[in-house]
Order: sequence, then structure tokens, then C-alpha cells
Amino acid sequence: MSTQESIAKDGVDAETVDAVKTVGEKYKYGFATDIEMEYAPKGVNEDIVRLISSKNEEPEWMLEWRLDAFRRWEKMTEPKWAMVNYPEIDFQDIYYYARPKSMIEKPKSLDDVDPKLLETYKKLGIPLSEQAILAGVEGAGDTPVEGRKVAVDAVFDSVSVGTTFKKELAAAGVIFCSISEAIKDHPELVKKYLGTVVPPTDNYYATLNSAVFSDGSFVYIPEGVKCPMELSTYFRINAENTGQFERTLIIAEKGAQVSYLEGCTAPMRDENQLHAAVVELIIQEDADIKYSTVQNWYPGDENGVGGIYNFVTKRADCRGDRAKVMWTQVETGSAVTWKYPSCILRGDDSQGEFYSIAITNNMQQADTGTKMIHLGKRTKSRIVSKGISAGKAQNTYRGLVSIHPKAVNSRNYTQCDSLLIGDKCGAHTVPYMECRNNSSRIEHEATTSKVDDEQLFYCRQRGMGEEEAVALIVNGFAKEVLQSLPMEFAMEAQKLVAISLEGSVG
Amino acid sequence: MFEIKNLKASLADEDKQILKGMNLKIGAGEVHAIMGPNGSGKSTMSYVASGKGGYVVDEGEVLLDGANLLDMEPDERAAAGLFLAFQYPVEIPGVGNMTFLRTAVNAQRKMRGEDELNAAQFLKIVREKAKALKIDADMLKRPVNVGFSGGEKKRNEILQMAMLEPKVCILDETDSGLDVDAMKLVAEGVNALRDGKRSFLVITHYQRLLDHIVPDVVHIMADGKIIKSGGPELALEVENNGYEGLMNEVV
Repeated sequence: MSTQESIAKDGVDAETVDAVKTVGEKYKYGFATDIEMEYAPKGVNEDIVRLISSKNEEPEWMLEWRLDAFRRWEKMTEPKWAMVNYPEIDFQDIYYYARPKSMIEKPKSLDDVDPKLLETYKKLGIPLSEQAILAGVEGAGDTPVEGRKVAVDAVFDSVSVGTTFKKELAAAGVIFCSISEAIKDHPELVKKYLGTVVPPTDNYYATLNSAVFSDGSFVYIPEGVKCPMELSTYFRINAENTGQFERTLIIAEKGAQVSYLEGCTAPMRDENQLHAAVVELIIQEDADIKYSTVQNWYPGDENGVGGIYNFVTKRADCRGDRAKVMWTQVETGSAVTWKYPSCILRGDDSQGEFYSIAITNNMQQADTGTKMIHLGKRTKSRIVSKGISAGKAQNTYRGLVSIHPKAVNSRNYTQCDSLLIGDKCGAHTVPYMECRNNSSRIEHEATTSKVDDEQLFYCRQRGMGEEEAVALIVNGFAKEVLQSLPMEFAMEAQKLVAISLEGSVG
Repeated sequence: MFEIKNLKASLADEDKQILKGMNLKIGAGEVHAIMGPNGSGKSTMSYVASGKGGYVVDEGEVLLDGANLLDMEPDERAAAGLFLAFQYPVEIPGVGNMTFLRTAVNAQRKMRGEDELNAAQFLKIVREKAKALKIDADMLKRPVNVGFSGGEKKRNEILQMAMLEPKVCILDETDSGLDVDAMKLVAEGVNALRDGKRSFLVITHYQRLLDHIVPDVVHIMADGKIIKSGGPELALEVENNGYEGLMNEVV
């Protein structure tokens, strides 16, 4: 005769404890590449700024621009208004520049890149070869499998390792290269646009980035050109105690179109590492940029040790009439996230969209959202935010919708949904709304729900394991956002949702 | 085949025993019905057997082909061949019915060490089975049970049952909330799954379902135990005289 103390509860708890113990190990990008690096001395000062500029062989104007930013940064203080807590960062205890020694002499083509670096990207699932990516996608179950080309710029610590499909893109008139190359090869474009969306004075981290950014991606789509393939940048932090400060600048001229993806990972380390990026998008008349992010920086372990501080400024400027921008982000990584991809809707009839899934598990904290600044007439914005909290994590949606007096007949729709798993985590919604004319309309909906036991049991009675069931329910909750991602990213993101919630139930 | 032996179980939150020594044995291919007044423990039995949280087993076993289900996780019980058709099927927003079904089917196959079905294989099978239950393509695409009518929800339960091909099916008041036509459709679906090996345990308040799913044995449950068992005529007796007479008779 078998007697069970408790049917579900004890069994599940024990299992959960085990799962939580191993969750840190399940971050599958946590390996480090053993490679000889060249570092700038620790800390930041004018000499370091000069050093970074000289490593990148920059013209004088660029150095001046950096120094100006640095001098401003020295007088600024860190923002404290976000709902996140972390120990004070010692900005003098960070390396601001680290590059693989094999990259000192810039490889002429991908064939010349250090095999160790290529191997790293291969291991991360990003082959740096110019082959079509095969993506089998299951929608209704009968979507055909097709080959697609995605061009990649691979950034390793402080430098770009290489960019694929450059020639094919150039034939279409598209410039896709690292920002350090763009500063040398296309100074007129960089000079015209850099810092015009996120000025060097914008905020503490953006100003720091302006002073010390080392690399990042540059995209220029000329008038009337639809970019012939998807572009992507893959950011990898590898070196210890090193900050990554990348800068991305994308310009879509009149009627141009581009879809851009970015991915990020880092090794598992017990020290926190800083990632402070700036992304600027410029969208002219009738142009359209889709910008998707899957952010999977190392989140730290279950006790909150280690992980990336992800303090990022991203902004799109719809300068022309009928310009369109869409931000989609899947934020599963980082110990602390501070990030508000925003849209300035300057052109009449311009449109901004923001779709976000932010998942926080264990001790992770996220304060993320968007800003929609309506300046032009009949501008439209749409915000769909899905926050998922598990463990002891805190997840805040913070958003601003501002409709200016001249932005007549404008519309905003905001939907913020929070899902809680367990009872030790938190979800917060902080929407700011201002409408300064009386012909515009702002709609805001918000819900908070829990993954309930009935749903879990229903799934499990049908044969699903506990974590599989949670992943299914969460993917359902976030479906609207997942659908807005490019296909192969959507698949990856779904899996990521499952991985980042491992050990979250009990 | 399926056997409940001296099962005693209580609510976890309050010290209240619901099942007080229940015994039941169903052979392969048999259909048994359980009837009983409200609060007699019928639904509790189905939850305890399938492993829902919130109950404590005080004593007893639930055996499926000799293995004690009570030692297993709910998903292991499902893979072992136990299926519960819910009285109130649960809604899962955003998850397509088809995705849900395929995830469930493949999870069970995986646990049993069988090959998972690919999209094409799965689609072919699900379309066939859905057609028999008059479930259209639209219903397969909609999120699980969200916005389904009472009849659609119950038909969906039977579709899941058909796809998962369990050894034992417990139907918890599957007829509740159904009109006569919907009930017939559900009963036909169940009858189509009777193959001489699969066993059924049908929990119901009403004789009328048993006109369509004809049981081999009818059990009357009261106060956490089976108090009387008999043939289909026992259900008619309940229909005519209510439970009271029966319960007095036993006491």
C-alpha cells in the first residue's frame, strides 16, 4: 500500500528546487572564448577617449565630438528614478576598450578572421558565412520551408569582427558596415546624422557612450531602395570587467525600407558588466524601419550574482511625412535593464509602434517601456507591452505618450499586460500621458494576471511537463508581440521564453 | 486494467476527508458509470486519480496496468494512459488549439520514448478526427477553449481524447450544460473510441447520457464510497426514485 503525503505539492516543490539550482547553468551562451586580448588601461578619462579614437583611426572632428561628450559626462549624475536597485558602479574599475589581438591588423575579409572568433559565433548559432539561413517555421503547420539571407555584422567586445554580404548589399546601394568603418569611409553621412536623434547631452549613459563608443553598426538605405535582405548585428561581450559601448546608426532615405535585427549574449561571470549602447534611427518621408531585438545578455545566477547592466538609449526620428518605425524587443537577459526605445513622430501621418516582451526571473530587474512623442499631424502610435515576472524579479513598464498641440487628430493605443508566476515577484505599470490638443485620442488598457493552477493542471493532465506548460501559457500571453518579429527570430524567441522561465514554477 | 483500491483522500487546506475508502475495478474495454448526489466525491476522485494539487492522499492506490498512478506526476499519469475530460475545460488565451494539441501529443510520445509527430503527420490525423466530431478548421485555430460554447468545449475535450488515445478515460460530467443534440454528438464521439480495449469511467448525474453511452456497470457513490453497483438498470432506478431510497437501503 503506498501512502503519499501530498500528491502534487511536495513533489513539485522538490523538483522546482532542483530546477532553480540548475537554471544558471541553463544559460547556454555562458561560455567564454579564450583569446588574446588587447586592453586599454582600466578607467575612463580624456586619455582613454583619445586612445579609443586613435585605435579606430578616427578623424579629428570625431575625437573632438567625443571629448566634448566626455567633459559633459563628468558633470552629470546617474539617473535614479527607475525602479531598479544595484550597487553603485565604479566607472573607473571598468575596461573601456578590449579587442582581440588578431583584430589589430583589420582582416581584409572574413576568410582572414581568427578561426577562434568564427568558432565563437558558430557556437552561438550565428554562422558568419554568406549562406542562406534555412528556417523551417511552423505556423498553421504547413508553411513552406524556405531559404533566407540575413546579413550579419558581428561585434566582439569593442570591435566589429566582420560584416557579411557587403558586396551584394553595395550593389543595391545599401551601406552596411561597422560604425568605425563608416566614420572612415563615409564621414559625410556620419557627421550629418550622428547624435542628431540622441544628442551627446541626452542622458548619463548616452553621454558616456558618446565619449567612449568603440564600435557598432552603420546602415544607410538610399532613396527608394528596399533593402534586399534582413540586416543584423550580433553583439558579444567576452572579456572580463569590460564594458561594451556600441553605437548603431541607421538611416532610411525617402521611401527606403529595412528590417534590422540585433542579438546579444555574454559569458557567465560573477562580476556585473556594463553595456551602455545608443541606437539612432532616422526615417525620412515614406520610409520604413523595423528594428527587432532579442536581448539575452547573461542575467546573473539565481541569487542575483553577476549579470549585465543593460542601460540603453534607443530612439527613432520619423523626420518625413508618412515615415514608419516599429520597435520589437524580446528582453530576457541582463541583471538590470533600463531601456526605452522611443519614437519621435515629427512628420505628418508618421507612425510609431512598440512591441515588447520583458521576462524577468530569479533576481532580475527590468524598467523598460517606450516614449511616443507626437509632433506631426495625424500621427499614430501603438504600444503593446507584455511583462512576465517570475522568481523574485521586478518588472516595470514605464512609458510616455505625449501629443503636442500641433499634432492634431493623432491617436495612441497602449496595452500593458503583466503576468506573474509565483508570489514573490512584482509587476508595475507607470504610464505617463499628456494630450495637448482636443482632436487627438489616447487609449490605455492594462491587465495583471497570474499563471493559474487550473491552466497548469489542464496542460499537465494532457501530458506536458510543468515547465513546458508554463512556456506554452507564457508564449500564448505574449503571442501578439512574438508575431511582430521576423520569422526566424520568432522561433528563437519562443524557445528563449521557455529557457528563461526554467525553474520559475512551484 | 484500472483499479482504485481503498482510496482515502482529504482536502489539503482543511482537514476534511472526501474520499473514504473507495474501491472500483474496470476491465479492459469496459464502460462504467458513477452516479451520486452532489458532494459525494465523484469529481474529487477524478482529480485525485489525475494528480491535481490541493488534495492529500491518506491511503490507497490507483492502479493502471499494475502501476500506481499516485506515485507519478500528472503528466506521467497522462503518458501512462489516463485521460480526464474536464467538467469545466480551461481557457488558455493566445495558445492555438492546434498548437496545444500537438504539444500534448508530442509530450506524451516523448515521455513514452516514441518519435514525435511532425507538422504534416499531425495535421493529417487531427483533420480526420476533428471532422468526425464536427469541429471545423476555425475552431482548431482559435485559442484553447477561449470563446467556445459549452458544446464546443466538450467536443474539444473529446477531440483531445481521440488524439491522445488513452487507455482509461474519465469523463467528469461531460453532459453538463449540453443540449440534447450536443450531448448526442459527444456520446457518438466517445462511442467511436470504444475499441474493446479502452476503458471508460463516466461520471454523470443523469440517466439520459447513459442512453447514448451504454455502461456495462453502474456504481452509486455516496459520502466518499461506492455504495452499490449494478447493471444499467441501476441508473434507471436512480432516475425514477432518486438517491435517497438507495442510500437508506444500504444503511
